[in-house]
Amino acid sequence: MTLRAPGTHRRAIGQRSFWQWRYRHAAAALLLGVALAGASALEAPEVGDNPAAERHMLQLAAELRCLQCQNQTLADSNAPLAVDLRQEIRELIAKGQTDQQIKEYLGARYGDFVFYRPPVQGNTLLLWFGPALLLVGGLLALYITLRRRLARLEAEGVTAELSDADARRAQNLLDEENGESSLS
Amino acid sequence: MAQSRKSLTVFLPLAVFLVLAWFLYKGLYLDPREVPSPLIDKPAPDFRLESLSTPGRIVDRKEMLGKVWLLNTWASWCVACREEHPVLVEFSRTASIPIVGLNYKDTRVDGMRWLAQFGNPYVDSAFDQAGRVGIDYGVYAVPETFLIDKQGVIRFKQIGPVTPELLQNTLVPLIQRLNG
Repeated sequence: MTLRAPGTHRRAIGQRSFWQWRYRHAAAALLLGVALAGASALEAPEVGDNPAAERHMLQLAAELRCLQCQNQTLADSNAPLAVDLRQEIRELIAKGQTDQQIKEYLGARYGDFVFYRPPVQGNTLLLWFGPALLLVGGLLALYITLRRRLARLEAEGVTAELSDADARRAQNLLDEENGESSLS
Repeated sequence: MAQSRKSLTVFLPLAVFLVLAWFLYKGLYLDPREVPSPLIDKPAPDFRLESLSTPGRIVDRKEMLGKVWLLNTWASWCVACREEHPVLVEFSRTASIPIVGLNYKDTRVDGMRWLAQFGNPYVDSAFDQAGRVGIDYGVYAVPETFLIDKQGVIRFKQIGPVTPELLQNTLVPLIQRLNG
């Protein structure tokens, strides 16, 4: 579909096939749209009638893992089990259960794996504090290395002080640079 | 002395690497689908459901007290159940223990047709159309199978199809021990 050669025969053909292409794809997009609208219409009823409770439910579900499609939360997932469990949470909220009770309810059935924020206990200590441990270890290693290097340099008589000769040389270099930049 | 300390430090990164590599290597063999069930060694949740075949007849967990039995979750829409089913049918011919089905989120028509087509290894199937009992049992990947002892305590859970190897190596010895 060449649109770049104006006023030529080639352009006429190119334009016609371009419009054919457009129509065909528009029709396909329309069909797809209709199909998708039908699909979402099927899922539509799954919404509670109380907006505040619904928000509460979604907030809670966002912290819980869907076991049918792992790595999605119960709030995100459209797996049948997630739909059921959202309904279950909705009903438990309606019964006046606290968030803690609802979490315990799900934990008792599916295990700690449902919690995106697992409880701090024996087998999750490494999970919770491992990263901090690595950070502290890294900082410690850095500190020790730097201390040792400093001790070695001091032992070799190298100091952080500039000798007079070096200081003069550095000053000359700086002056040179300033002189150049003021010219340009 | 200083020399030996230095040579030890040289190996420190290697040690750190080996520790990390060990964790990653172990991670290769962990199956995130096999979530340890918190229900092991806990009482099997109660249920009273209608029988799949006979509306009105109640399948009650309490009636199974005093027996070692298997609870097998299945559904006609479940592909892995087809793979598992012949194993259960075969096991039910020789087994000394009853297998109760939990027909999970299915319809009576589809469920009955499925049993007629592939055989029925179950003493009865509880009809859990809404999947509520499934939630109580922490079911998330049909088929799942629970081995329940005489006191009504869950002793073993299989996530995914029961295989002949699992029966032979794990379930049968466990059943013999629980029955013994």
